[in-house]
Amino acid sequence: MLKGRFGGFFFQLIALLLAFGVVSLILISVDASPADAYKNMFTGSFGSLRKFAEVLVAFVPLLLVTAGLLVTFSSGLWNIGVEGQVVLGAITTTWVFRYFLESDLPPALIIILAILGGMVGGAIWASFTGLLKVFGGVNEIFGGLGLNFVSTALTIYLIFGPWKRPGVASMSGTVPFPDEFSLPLLADLRISPWALGIALAGIVLVYFILQGTYFGLRLKAVGKNFRAAYLLGIPTWQYSMYSFLICGALAGAAGAVQVAAVYHRLIPSISSGYGYLGLMVAMLINYQAIWAVPVALFFAALNIGSIQLPILMKLDSSLSGVLQGILVLFVLLAEGVRQRFAKKA
Amino acid sequence: MRKNFARLASLALALIFVLAACGGQPTAAPATEAPVVTEAPAATEAPVATEAPVQEPFVFGLLLVGPYNDNGWSQAHYEAGLYLEEKLGAKMVYLDKVNPADRPGTTPDQLAEELVAQGAKLVIFNSDDMKDASTTFAKANPDVFVIMASGDQVWSDGKAFEEIPNLTNIMGRMEYGKMMAGCAAALTSETGKIGYLGPLINDETRRLAASAYLGAKHCWENAGNDPAALQFKVTWIGFWFHIPGFTTDPVDVSKDFYTTGYDVVISGIDNPVNLGEAQKLTAEGTTSFGVAYDYVAACDAAPEVCIGVPYFNWGPEYLKAVSSAIEGTWESQFIWVGPDWTDLNNPDTSSIGFVNGPALSAEAAAAVDAFVAELAGGLNLWTGPINLQDGSVYLADGEVATDQQVWYLPQLLEGMEGLSAAE
Repeated sequence: MLKGRFGGFFFQLIALLLAFGVVSLILISVDASPADAYKNMFTGSFGSLRKFAEVLVAFVPLLLVTAGLLVTFSSGLWNIGVEGQVVLGAITTTWVFRYFLESDLPPALIIILAILGGMVGGAIWASFTGLLKVFGGVNEIFGGLGLNFVSTALTIYLIFGPWKRPGVASMSGTVPFPDEFSLPLLADLRISPWALGIALAGIVLVYFILQGTYFGLRLKAVGKNFRAAYLLGIPTWQYSMYSFLICGALAGAAGAVQVAAVYHRLIPSISSGYGYLGLMVAMLINYQAIWAVPVALFFAALNIGSIQLPILMKLDSSLSGVLQGILVLFVLLAEGVRQRFAKKA
Repeated sequence: MRKNFARLASLALALIFVLAACGGQPTAAPATEAPVVTEAPAATEAPVATEAPVQEPFVFGLLLVGPYNDNGWSQAHYEAGLYLEEKLGAKMVYLDKVNPADRPGTTPDQLAEELVAQGAKLVIFNSDDMKDASTTFAKANPDVFVIMASGDQVWSDGKAFEEIPNLTNIMGRMEYGKMMAGCAAALTSETGKIGYLGPLINDETRRLAASAYLGAKHCWENAGNDPAALQFKVTWIGFWFHIPGFTTDPVDVSKDFYTTGYDVVISGIDNPVNLGEAQKLTAEGTTSFGVAYDYVAACDAAPEVCIGVPYFNWGPEYLKAVSSAIEGTWESQFIWVGPDWTDLNNPDTSSIGFVNGPALSAEAAAAVDAFVAELAGGLNLWTGPINLQDGSVYLADGEVATDQQVWYLPQLLEGMEGLSAAE
């Protein structure tokens, strides 16, 4: 057991080194110094409190999405639709804010309602994928992907249509909400401690569900062997739906935070790709909740740190995306190799 | 089992409630702390003015909405940045592709701070898309000078006026350039059908499309053509340039124009992709021409189909503004400046210009030059009678539009096809 775990760690370390090696080769091929690039990315993300706060801004939605995906992965579902669930969370949050724009309710209450609204919106959107899967026999990958496109189209329709700025038809987004609709931010920083709290609560909740409850155990049973779980008397399709709803709610919370604490309005790319990035994080951590926080933080740091590359080295900041992708590939590959070794031994 | 889950869920909800409720009392937002000062105070506070500027070059930041080499709007700004480096010995730090699609999860005010971290004491926001963010940034960083190109926040006669002492708006009167573009298009078109590749819809894009129409109409009728035979159609793509999945593809829009008899397409977006399509279609036998936009050398992309380019030359005004920041004479201003009519294409004096393209016939070129001379002589096409697209009177007979009327043009003009606002 110990040996196996150690072996896994060893293979993942190799994968990490390989990924950095390949990216270094790419950098060398364009005459850039890998050492400088990594150094700039590091100081760009952890070099100051301000920068670390920006990393946390990206970390919050990423962690929420990852937490949600741990649930769907545990029940054996590939919830690609998580991206759209983030978007719908943002849309519903925007809708709630707009609904209460003129109201006399305390802003705190409106913010709570808006975030809860976002969670409900995300959950409902996820339930569509779930219903298509359970009752329509549509694989959740295709259903989810389709709904992602629909969610983008819906955002664009709202921004250019019913929610447009007066006299304007632009991708720039809806009219920004008043300051009191913002989740309170730390002085001089852009991070909201409440957003951070929501994200940490989300991952703790998921960890608790998966590790400490009978519900989580059954969820995993459904994921490991759907048919066997069914024969053992677990209401399998209900469990699939539960996991979609939980994931949707967490993704919706990510979208809600994007509106309430980051952009303060609806913009076309409101999800910032965190849904897809969350999928990578979940795969990288091999669906173990305990690793979600450090790895999501690492990915968020890569995203923020890479902004330094175009400013300081005239390199494209998509390099961070390349590194993230390669890393996931190598880790999966290493896992495959390890299993092969394990079998032989 | 189910009870367990319900208990868990309610626990989670309660937790979130508590968290959010604690967040209820909004702490003082940092933005409100921006000093409510009266007149040009930023200059006095700026450390630059006191420190000896001999050794350290003045660092300015530039945020570009598109790629720095987009052959259009952003490249014109980038070249202006190089101009400042050359003229002032200043140092530029820049970041391009500053838009939420290319830099997901970031905001322009956050990215501006990255430039400040690299030493920038002045930051130029180059796009309408960053207007709100430039306001946020300027208020949160009262000791950093801000130039917001194309905006109207500090126009005291404008609709969105706010007092932001460390912010200046700069824009060229591209209306003239667009009139010249429209003129060249009308004199080149065989079919009398002119397409206008519009970006998103707002005050700026409406008035520029309308200017192109006014120029086209003027030259079309002056050349003795039937006024009713001129068709001018605007198709908007939704943003300043193509973002796959979010905007209409401007290449497709250009193709639709060219293949339905619109033999000249004027670009109103941040780059001249219409030229590429014109080049391709001309090679296939459909005679097509294009007018580029924004950048002086934009015709180089496809000279054989390019009949001209109205362009911005940001250098002169940026030089004045940045110099004033260095010298401590900065004032928050709204600058909307026309060309140097004595020398339209002088890089040191003219803020907008127009270059005839290689594909413009000698005869048409002469007529365009004559039109430019008329404009220089005081011809104002924003003179009534002009109706708005819905038929209502915009300018009565002989009435000349005020700056406000032109800047905030509420609709396209009568005679133009295309949307005036979002549906």
